[in-house]
Formats: sequence, structure tokens, C-alpha cells
Amino acid sequence: MSTWTRKDLTGLDELTAAEITFLLDTARAFKGVGERSLKKVPALRGKTLVNFFVEPSTRTRTSFEVAAMRLSADVVNISATASSLQKGETLKDTALNLQALQADIIVLRHSSPGSSRFLAERLDSSIINAGDGAHEHPTQGLLDIFTIREKFGRIEGLNIAIVGDILFSRVARSNIFGLLKLGANVTLVGPSTLVPKSFEKLGVRVSHRLDDILAEVDVVNLLRIQHERQRKEYFPGLGEYVSLFGLTKARAAKLKPSCLIMHPGPINRGVEIDSDIADGHQSVILEQVTNGIAVRMAVLYSCAGGAGVPT
Amino acid sequence: MTAEPNTSDNTPKTAMDSEAIEKAIRRMAHEIVERHDSTNRIVLAGIPTRGVEVARRLADHIEKIEGVRPYLGTLDISMHRDDLSTRGKVTALEVTDLPVDLDARPLVLVDDVFFTGRTTRAALDALASFGRPSTIQLAVLVDRGHRELPIRPDYVGKNLPTSREEKIRVRFENLDGVPDSVVVIKP
Repeated sequence: MSTWTRKDLTGLDELTAAEITFLLDTARAFKGVGERSLKKVPALRGKTLVNFFVEPSTRTRTSFEVAAMRLSADVVNISATASSLQKGETLKDTALNLQALQADIIVLRHSSPGSSRFLAERLDSSIINAGDGAHEHPTQGLLDIFTIREKFGRIEGLNIAIVGDILFSRVARSNIFGLLKLGANVTLVGPSTLVPKSFEKLGVRVSHRLDDILAEVDVVNLLRIQHERQRKEYFPGLGEYVSLFGLTKARAAKLKPSCLIMHPGPINRGVEIDSDIADGHQSVILEQVTNGIAVRMAVLYSCAGGAGVPT
Repeated sequence: MTAEPNTSDNTPKTAMDSEAIEKAIRRMAHEIVERHDSTNRIVLAGIPTRGVEVARRLADHIEKIEGVRPYLGTLDISMHRDDLSTRGKVTALEVTDLPVDLDARPLVLVDDVFFTGRTTRAALDALASFGRPSTIQLAVLVDRGHRELPIRPDYVGKNLPTSREEKIRVRFENLDGVPDSVVVIKP
């Protein structure tokens, strides 16, 4: 029987295929909890979870909050503006204070890659990475993979395209690591400024033409163009991006009827995806949101129960 | 270790073979039928992994006796236990699948081994989030003693007095690929 022993989840890169499968299977069991009239189980009763978000986020934080509440944990939210980080306290000192407050689980969103691992190695609390810079966003990767597996019954052998801003995307990295471990064929698509050829070292294909790959893919995962992170030189303008990489109606018509259309949200209607296509029958964008709760319940449950493996 | 080395025979001892298991389950099925009003279909809820198999076999027998098959479900109780953080590792969860609204129906929880009663307590908790059965009873293939809670089974395949240190291993041919057996393993 498969088991889980980790206390932290800092990335999918460090997990084995068996560990990823464990979390997906566990999430399947937790998805049922959300479908009951009484959507709550006592597994984390008496545990305190701190949502420690040093970068703004609403949906990920809310999803973790709902997941923790369904597991009967007590939840405290701390955001960057309210935190002492602005008063000059270091991340480690803030985290030590959270631990001294007897937080059992700290969900961390931070702009520095590696910040979750840094805390995981120093604190007894479970650390869950909710996004560390452009490095990883493992629960988003897991919920994308969960959604794909739920629809196809497998990951192995599927052709999956990830489109858009790969260079800046932690979502893309977590997807790539997880999908490759489970045996998918991954193609990254976007302008060469955002999808450099060097990504091929990870074991994926790189394409700069969305039109070339539409007919062959089982899943197209569209990443958000992050206006707030990008400087102008990465692509000339949104209009050009839409004409080359937007999932327009004409492009969507070339997809297999069984192809899933995914997006981690928040979507820019008319940019990455045509508005009608986002609401169409191939779109699983809102199912991703629902599945996110089950996946995060599985991660919180597993890490709270794990004793921690020696690093 | 300061204890004397264990010189007694500690080879596993078979407590039930496949014939004994078959007879015990058949007898329990008769008892369940006897104690339920046949006008209302029973729900058998098996606790993974082997409780589900015991429940399936009970359902087969009840169907033979009554001509009606009881509802058969799976109730994973891991997320309702109270000892998550003391175990150090987490085992995979099964998907809970109850085929019917439980309200006002008689339900029989089914497990392979009854030990401390904590699994049953968790199962009662879990059931509360699915509905309100009219009655809840407990059927177990083996009662090995050492209750820690005021909970006892209503139907028992075999009472098997054990020491706390001993382990009970239940195997079913269709799950484990070895003949059906209940074996006592000494530490």
C-alpha cells in the first residue's frame, strides 16, 4: 500500500511519480467530501493553519482556506501589507514567530524562489508552497493534473500543450515536472522570448507556432499573460499575442473534440482565450477551481500526518 | 530489551480457514436477516479494505436467503480518525461510496477485525455526515478483544482472544491471491 511520509510540499520536482499519484488518489477521496451535504471532516481538528501570503492572491488563498476549514483546522490569514516584513523583519524571523504561535501548517506565497524550501528546512511546522516566485506552484500543478486524470483516466501518453508565458510561470514548471513524471508528452508553446529553447533540457518540446500543434493535443493549458510582471520587450503588444497565440474560435475549431481547455485563472477574456470558448463545453476552467479544493485538502491532510523525511 | 527471549512457538497460527470463514459469514447473514424487518432494505457499509470484502460476501448470502440484495457501500474512515499526527505516515484513502440516501434506513457497518473500537467510533462520526440511518449495527468477522471504548459488535464471526502484541492477519483469495484465512501472528 502506498504511503506518504513528508511534512512539507515545496514542489513537484522533488516528488516521485508514486508520491504524486498518492496525492491525486487522496484528492479523489476528498473530492467526495465536497459533494456531501455536510462538507466537513474532523481530520485536522485542533490544528492551526496560517496562510502567509507575502504576494497578493485571492483565489489560491481562498482555496486553501476552504480546504482547511473542510478539514476542521483553524485558519489565520496574514498578508504582506499586514505583516512585519514591511517593518524589516526577515522571512525566517517572521516564520519563527509563526511557529512560536504554534502554527502546525504554514501555507507560504512569496516572491523569492526557494523560500518554501528555506522554511521547510528550518521549521518543524509543515510548509506548503503556494507559489515561490517563478519557481513552483505545486498545488496548482497537482490540480491541473488531477483534472486531466479525472477526464482521461490516465496521464501517461497524453499530449499536453502549455501555452503562453512559460518563462515567468511557476504554474508551468509545476505542471511540467508533474506531467513528465507521470509519462505525458509536454509541448510548450509561445513566443521565443517567453518560451526559450532552453526549456527542452527539461524533456519537453518547444514550439513557437500554436497552429502547428492544435490538431494533435489532448489538453491545451493556457497560462495567463501576467501584465503586472512583464516589461514591454517580451512581445510587441496584446493584439499581436492574440493573433499568434490566443485560443480564438478559429483555432479552437481545429482541436480534437475530446481536447480539454484549461486555464489556471484569472482569465483575460479575449487575450489567452476567446470569451465563448472559455465558457464552452471543452473548457474545464471552473472544474479546476473545484478540484483545487480537493487537491489542497489532500496535501494538507498528507503533510499534517507525515512525520517528515530526513533532508 | 530486558524481557526474556520468547522461546515459545511463534509460528503463525491459523484461527480460521476458508471453510470456517464461509460458515461464519453465512451465519452472520442469517442473524442480520433475522434481526431486520425485511420490508426495508438494509445498507451494508464496508470499511476498507477487507471490511468491504466481508460486506460483499454478506450481501451475497443475504440475497440468497431473502431474494433481495442489500445496498452495498464503502465507507473510508481515515479522514475521521483522531490520531492522524501520531502515526508518522499517511496511507492512501479509499473513495467513500454510499449508493443510497441513508436517512431512515437500517445500516450495518462491516469490518474484518474488531480491536479497540476506535475505527468504529470514526465510522459513526463519518456516517453522521451522510445521513441519519434508523439503526446502525456492527458486524465483524473477528472480535479479538481489547476494547477501549463503549462500543461492541452486534454480529461476530468468531471471538478470538488475543494478547495486545499479537497481530491478526485476514486474507481473502480474491484480493490477496492466497486461500481465505485468519491467522494469529505472535510478536
